Amino acid sequence: MSAADVTTPSRRDGVPRPRRALPSTRLLRSELRLIGGRRRNQAGLAVLAVVPVIMAVAVKLSDPTPAGDGPDFFSSITANGLFVPLAALSVEIAMFLPLAMSMLAGDSIAGEANIGTLRYLLTVPVHRTRLLAVKYFSLCLGAIWGVCAVAIPGAVVGVALFGTGPMVTLSGDQIGFASALWRVVLVMLYLSAGLAALGAVGLFISTLTEQPIAAAIALMIFTIVSWIADSVPQLGWLHPWLVVDHWLAFGDLLRNPMAWGNVVQGLLVDGGYAAVFCLAAWARFSAKDITS
Amino acid sequence: MTQVAARGARTPDGAGAAQAADAAHAVPDRQAHPALALQTQGLSKRFGDQFAVDSLDLAVPRGAVYGFLGPNGSGKTTTIRMVLGLVTPTSGSRTLLGLPMPDRATEVLHRVGALVEGPAFHPYLSGRANLRRLDAADLLSDARSAPSRVDAALDRVGLLAAAGKKYRAYSLGMRQRLAIAASLLAPRDLLVLDEPTNGLDPQGTREVRSLIGSLASDGTTVFVSSHLLTEVEQICSHLGVMREGRLVAQGSVKEVRGTGAATLTLRTAQPQEAVRVLEGLGVSEVTAHGDLVRGLPGSLEAERIVATLVRAEVGVKGFSVDSPSLEDLFVSLTGEGFDVSR
Repeated sequence: MSAADVTTPSRRDGVPRPRRALPSTRLLRSELRLIGGRRRNQAGLAVLAVVPVIMAVAVKLSDPTPAGDGPDFFSSITANGLFVPLAALSVEIAMFLPLAMSMLAGDSIAGEANIGTLRYLLTVPVHRTRLLAVKYFSLCLGAIWGVCAVAIPGAVVGVALFGTGPMVTLSGDQIGFASALWRVVLVMLYLSAGLAALGAVGLFISTLTEQPIAAAIALMIFTIVSWIADSVPQLGWLHPWLVVDHWLAFGDLLRNPMAWGNVVQGLLVDGGYAAVFCLAAWARFSAKDITS
Repeated sequence: MTQVAARGARTPDGAGAAQAADAAHAVPDRQAHPALALQTQGLSKRFGDQFAVDSLDLAVPRGAVYGFLGPNGSGKTTTIRMVLGLVTPTSGSRTLLGLPMPDRATEVLHRVGALVEGPAFHPYLSGRANLRRLDAADLLSDARSAPSRVDAALDRVGLLAAAGKKYRAYSLGMRQRLAIAASLLAPRDLLVLDEPTNGLDPQGTREVRSLIGSLASDGTTVFVSSHLLTEVEQICSHLGVMREGRLVAQGSVKEVRGTGAATLTLRTAQPQEAVRVLEGLGVSEVTAHGDLVRGLPGSLEAERIVATLVRAEVGVKGFSVDSPSLEDLFVSLTGEGFDVSR
């Protein structure tokens, strides 16, 4: 046997060269169908969507009739239905949306390892780096999905119940409906970025275990501990580094003009988390023995 | 290919075993052999201080149906996981279809169908949807032909009628069939099937056997592991036998069968005389039970033994020299009983 035999085995055995691998979105689409088709995830989306509806109906039912002569701040807020998605997002970003990310992140690698499908994906073959990339990209889309599940039903119900009047900004002046809608979209994108950063942490945790529930709980604990640390003044030095710290800065997008400082800082922290934890997930997963 | 290694028991103490293994690993790598569909050289995997697989030199020729035998826990699945790039070996190298793993995995694994340690699919997807997902994951497969290839694979294992059912509703045998179908989604040059008949009824076992036979006759190399010799012996052209992480025999079925010592059986009315004569001839381990005398003739010719017996006036009522059955050989190589290796 000569060296040439070794270097040209496919010519020697007469097997035609395989087709060139082309970039394809088939696996990503399959992944999204898998996430979206799962009953548990559909139920989770329904729960996310119910919160703004409950809030809108409750506010509508308790809507006080203006009393006295002074301007009523509350009734001026409720002149524009878009306060509903914003209020719902500020409520759900604390726990519900991170919980949704936890479930998806737990499923991503640990879930596949748990039922054994991971070994079959890898022998298809799917390169481990590609698998992580697809999994993380679908987690990012999952974050947008979750935020939309809160904001879109909230906006629809809000507009239906409260109309499309001028919106009062946090600076006290009023903006028109179109401008308000644009602000809501920006808030949605900003919060999605925060959740995607959290998803990177979840992806890393998911490579550490074969138990999806354990991975989901671990990410939830990470979120809760971050919120607690964020509320302890003595840990002030740590606050800028917490992924949750800048999430509520989305309020700055509702000022007139918009205040970008905290938002940009928040996006930088999000990007840092995503980069560090995706790298950690890659370092862990690319050399891991798949024994499940 | 002609190597038939019947190795002795493991070195009793762990340190000695480790040294022996290290010495084996020091052998410089030979070149990958393109005529081999699957090859490992000094492949070892250590979990803690225990070798699950110990300097394994597998050689599976192209076109062979290679039976990879060994009791439960003898390291077969760990070997398969290493060969497919799922587990990183502690030392040693492996090639698939002449290409080194895992460096060329993305090219070569497309041509390799695999069934590893039982079926695993998403329970809330149908059988068909599960196969479509696996096909979608393959960058080298053609999206347009996916539906027809998926259905053809399902049809080949007799699962087309149940293709729309959720995987969770499948019986164990149906799950096993689906896993085999997954390994047939694309034309393969090599099939690695780990215990493909697990959970199948006798009818299903027979079908899998004939499926392997028909794939092999198309030129596909089949590497099939089993802890039951009877499952694979009829279809295999080559055998490799594992025991406690080591390969104790490898080669064509004929070669492996030849490693077992033939036994001599003599029926006579004068067993004492016969024992004396046989021992005089050089037959070893001669024993007598009633009128039956047994021994190991080694390379002695049967004619010469009988002639000598007759000359010594030992009446020969019956005489035979038998090669051991493959099953006896398997038991002698791997040990008897239900105990797992470790």
